[in-house]
Amino acid sequence: MLAIETINLTKDYSVGFWRKRPKRVLDGLSIEVKAGEIFGLLGPNGAGKSTTLKIFLRLIFPTLGTARILGKELDDISAHEQIGFLPENPYFYDNLTAEEFLNYAGELFGLPVAERQRRTARLLQQVGLEGARNVQVRKFSKGMVQRLGIGQALINDPELVFLDEPMSGLDPLGRREVRDLILSLKEKGKTVFFSTHILSDAEMLCDRVAILNRGRMQGCGELKEMLALGIASTEIVVVSPQQNLLDELKACGGACVRTGERVRVAIPKESEVSTALNKILQAGVEVVSVNPVKMSLEDYFMEQVGKDSVKRHEEELIAQTKGGR
Amino acid sequence: MTAAAPLKSGRYATRGASWALLVLCFVALFGVQRQIDRETDMYSKINEVLYVRTGTTLRALCLGNEGLMADIYWTRVVQYFGRGHLEGGDTKYQLLAPLLRITTDLDPQLIIAYRFGAIFLMTNRPVGAGDPQSALQLIRRGIVANPDYWRFWQDIGFVYYWELHDYKSAARMFSIGSSRPGAPFWLKALAGTVAAKGGDLQTSRFLWSEIYRHADTDAVRSTAEAHLATLKARVDMDKLDDLLESYRTKTGRAAQSFYDLHSSGLLSGVPKDPSGVPYVINPDGHAALGKGSKVDLRLLQ
Amino acid sequence: MRAMNRVAAIALHTFKEAVRDKVLYNLVVFALLLIGAAILFSSISVGIQQIIVVDLGLSSISVFGLIMAIFIGIGLVSKEIERHTIYHILSKPVRRVEFIVGKYLGLVLTLAINTAIMTVGFYLAIYYQKRSLGAEDLAPLSAIYFILLQLAIVVGLAIFFSCISTPVLSAVFTFCVYIIGHFLSEMRWLGTTLHSRVAKGATEVLYYLLPNLSDFDFITRTAHGEKISASLMVSNSLYALLYVTVLISASILIFEEREFK
Repeated sequence: MLAIETINLTKDYSVGFWRKRPKRVLDGLSIEVKAGEIFGLLGPNGAGKSTTLKIFLRLIFPTLGTARILGKELDDISAHEQIGFLPENPYFYDNLTAEEFLNYAGELFGLPVAERQRRTARLLQQVGLEGARNVQVRKFSKGMVQRLGIGQALINDPELVFLDEPMSGLDPLGRREVRDLILSLKEKGKTVFFSTHILSDAEMLCDRVAILNRGRMQGCGELKEMLALGIASTEIVVVSPQQNLLDELKACGGACVRTGERVRVAIPKESEVSTALNKILQAGVEVVSVNPVKMSLEDYFMEQVGKDSVKRHEEELIAQTKGGR
Repeated sequence: MTAAAPLKSGRYATRGASWALLVLCFVALFGVQRQIDRETDMYSKINEVLYVRTGTTLRALCLGNEGLMADIYWTRVVQYFGRGHLEGGDTKYQLLAPLLRITTDLDPQLIIAYRFGAIFLMTNRPVGAGDPQSALQLIRRGIVANPDYWRFWQDIGFVYYWELHDYKSAARMFSIGSSRPGAPFWLKALAGTVAAKGGDLQTSRFLWSEIYRHADTDAVRSTAEAHLATLKARVDMDKLDDLLESYRTKTGRAAQSFYDLHSSGLLSGVPKDPSGVPYVINPDGHAALGKGSKVDLRLLQ
Repeated sequence: MRAMNRVAAIALHTFKEAVRDKVLYNLVVFALLLIGAAILFSSISVGIQQIIVVDLGLSSISVFGLIMAIFIGIGLVSKEIERHTIYHILSKPVRRVEFIVGKYLGLVLTLAINTAIMTVGFYLAIYYQKRSLGAEDLAPLSAIYFILLQLAIVVGLAIFFSCISTPVLSAVFTFCVYIIGHFLSEMRWLGTTLHSRVAKGATEVLYYLLPNLSDFDFITRTAHGEKISASLMVSNSLYALLYVTVLISASILIFEEREFK
């Protein structure tokens, strides 16, 4: 079963105060998310990630195209029974406590009182807020607010969880906890769909990702596939090699970089690695490390989105503000 | 997983229902409003203005916007007065004095309110409130707030003169007014005339025409006009009475109509009153207003 | 039935959020102080002590009720949109209609309870002054009921404007309509004196279109011991109910289409 299916999802916002003109923020997005996977929506700021999530949650309506969430049309709110949502930079009612808010959220799902109390207590503990259960939200730090946001997204034990920038505002420990939480959701068979512009998070968590830039999908697929399945090169670090050895290594296609006594040699072909290592050992040179180097998501991202895309985006913004005056 | 009952957002159904409700309720509101209007008549609506009985309290509540508030109250005065005029009959202008008081408390420099108040508080019903004491009070407050404005002395003197027939006080007021900056030369002369002769038609006509010429509001102008017409008619009729008298002494019999006077050369035509209706001769032999005349002699009470 | 439960939950939590606001506390305390001060004022005036306590007491309830209605009406809907707290609610199985209706009921509940507190203060002031309370003292209750009806309309206005504008502008619009709503019969009368038929028609349309709030002002008459007729009670209640329905329907129409960017 598909958890999410979108066909040509498109959204235009009208911009400009006096003369309204449409600006396409999401352009023909078609993705499929399978039940039980962790799916990452990646892209720089302003790529259309939040727009996509808001369409899924009926906070905005698509200009073109359709989407089905858990097999239901967007207009069918019963899908929301099985959905959890953490908005970007969540904000809560100042004067309600964490416990009251979770309880309120439970009420909106029609949960019976006892069940609400049980889940509230469990979630507060799970997101590390049990000590602050009776504190009004306005006294919360940004990290605590983010935790409460995650808690309320899980109150209905959802099948599908949408997280918009779940790591933002969290300290390293908090990020780790959220990562563990997302993985534990996957273990329970839930589907997690999250957006982020932090690639390392996606790399660690996602089964599949889609990359968005300026409203268009640049690529979509399994992370391993996208990262060219494996090793991009092998890096050997040696201490004080002789010059003739380096020349020989270069003949194997290696690139050498010297840092003090040490020299880093990158061998692109796997088949050449053993030849190179044999030569080094024969020369009696000390080997510090041998490392396979994977293509990182960042490399891929840069390749797809292009180095200048962020710059172009900024230029476009400047042009718009000038035109708008 | 709970069994999810079908829960459509109902966006379109909601929209239809909302439009229907909106239109239906507006139609119903129209009816209810008319019902409420019937129950609370217009008079009671203006009554509700007087939450606060004095302008000084209201002034504090205005937080510096008392000028605007005074304007609003002034508008209410005019409307309240106008409404009474439209309804006619037994209109009681019992709120005129307090409304004017609040207005002038809010803006003590609102000259127009004092002058309007002087005329319409003083004049008898149904034209005004018939309350000359309130009129005096109002102008006195105007004088305190604007001591150099000579017309207030003319106005206060006029109330004494016209309504209270207190010619001594009237003369004194005119005399004080004549010493204010910008006062015209005639005010001093007027003080002398009133002190010497009391009330006479000539002085009254002069005073009313002065009010007519310097009226700030249509209401004041038209009431001055009506008074002038009445005064003119009074003067006319006195003259006609004299003519009738001289006709009797000349011919030894009473005139049957003004044609008799015409044929005997005493009149050049049949005289008409200021509203254009010819005068007639009463059974008792005095000149009187013709049928359909708009001149109202009651104004000269 | 589930829908009703959700509306109730939204209403209840709106109420909870509102009554904990410090500003609201302060307003209630200040209103009670002013009602207390009415006793002081009345003791230095001659002949109209009772009238002053009723006048000032009821006016305090009305004025502070208005401030609260605008303040919480805007604060709890417009701010909810601006601060995105609404995302949490609408991402749950909640229809937008339910949100609006729930919010409205919660706000009216808040106002009703605050008005009740001020009413108790008001009667304490009357009791302090008269040393007794009789059946004749029940008359102000109907004036207070009318104040509450008026506030119910004001909250409806606040929600309506919140759906189309920013918090500050919503407050300004609501206040403006409140003021105009008190001058409608004057405006209509003014219209009848105008020569232009267009202007006449316009004032007539506005008279029926805008909320005629002056019909709910009975403070002075109450202070003079006048009773409000039963039929007026019925027609004014009906008017408020219909007008609120209009405002809520209009709010829903706008809100259903609203996009939360």
